[in-house]
Amino acid sequence: MNKIYIYMIIMALVTYLIRMLPITIFQKEIHNIYIKSFLYYVPYAVLGAMTFPAIFNSTTHFASSIAGCIVALYLAYKEKGLITVAVVACIVAYIIELFI
Amino acid sequence: MKSIENLKNGLKDGIPIALGYFPVSFTFGIMAVSLNIPTHIAVLVSLTNLTSAGQFAGLPLFVVDGAYIEMALTQLIINLRYALMSLSLSQKVDKNWKTLDRMILSFGITDEIFAVSSNQKQKVSRAYFLGLMILPIIGWTSGTFAGCVASGLLPYKLQNALGLAIYGMFLAIIIPVAKKDNNVKIVILIAVIISIILNYINQYITIGSGFIIIICTMISAGIMAYLKPIKEENHE
Repeated sequence: MNKIYIYMIIMALVTYLIRMLPITIFQKEIHNIYIKSFLYYVPYAVLGAMTFPAIFNSTTHFASSIAGCIVALYLAYKEKGLITVAVVACIVAYIIELFI
Repeated sequence: MKSIENLKNGLKDGIPIALGYFPVSFTFGIMAVSLNIPTHIAVLVSLTNLTSAGQFAGLPLFVVDGAYIEMALTQLIINLRYALMSLSLSQKVDKNWKTLDRMILSFGITDEIFAVSSNQKQKVSRAYFLGLMILPIIGWTSGTFAGCVASGLLPYKLQNALGLAIYGMFLAIIIPVAKKDNNVKIVILIAVIISIILNYINQYITIGSGFIIIICTMISAGIMAYLKPIKEENHE
């Protein structure tokens, strides 16, 4: 039973240090234009890589994932809010799931 | 009074993130119950980790009696992307962030909180960031609790459909920017193509989902930073 707490502490500590160290160590503004550019592009690269191909396996059936993905892409392109895109995509996927 | 305003704005922007987290951490709660992990442990893990992929990957190690070092390495690899985000945020926060602020508030760096705060036009204040992280922490932790308690009550198909929520949010963040900035569009395309290829290879040779994200990011952001460095003015 105690082991479970040790696992928990290791998980929490490692995850925290990863988040805490860079922002605490690098307090000066970086002037190198390539590093600045790299950091500017990072969020889009990370989120893109996290979304694809994972989104296709995010529901039980490929069909509902695809439908949800297409709807989300369309609404995002129309610049709808985060919550609208997420909720409508889920509803569409759910409706498709009901019919499979 | 400016900071009250910032705090409020942060809280407001945190609402969709919290709502997006709830179903994901709900699923985490369900998974914990299926692995016979006590509810209070699952809730504590969510409260202290505030991360999806790392928790989903770490939970099974609780029950298979994995080595401590395996747990540490798994978390390190899967969550290493936060180091990139943390570094990126170090350039985005305003000058009021002292060392202690950084040490405390960095706890709230998640994919979505990072995405929303780096999407701000101006520098990010402490009050805004604090506001931004509060509701997602509550949503993430309470979602896990609800998942443990309600495990089995929610229709299976609805649970499944909710898996899309987080990706819908990601798309809502990146697509509008890609529409306006052609370089961002190319960064995303490169990252997505590499990600699809590596995930395919991953079925035969294990690379690990955390590593895949890091590789995609380093290559796509690296190539574009080299070929298309940003102009000074559109970064500030």
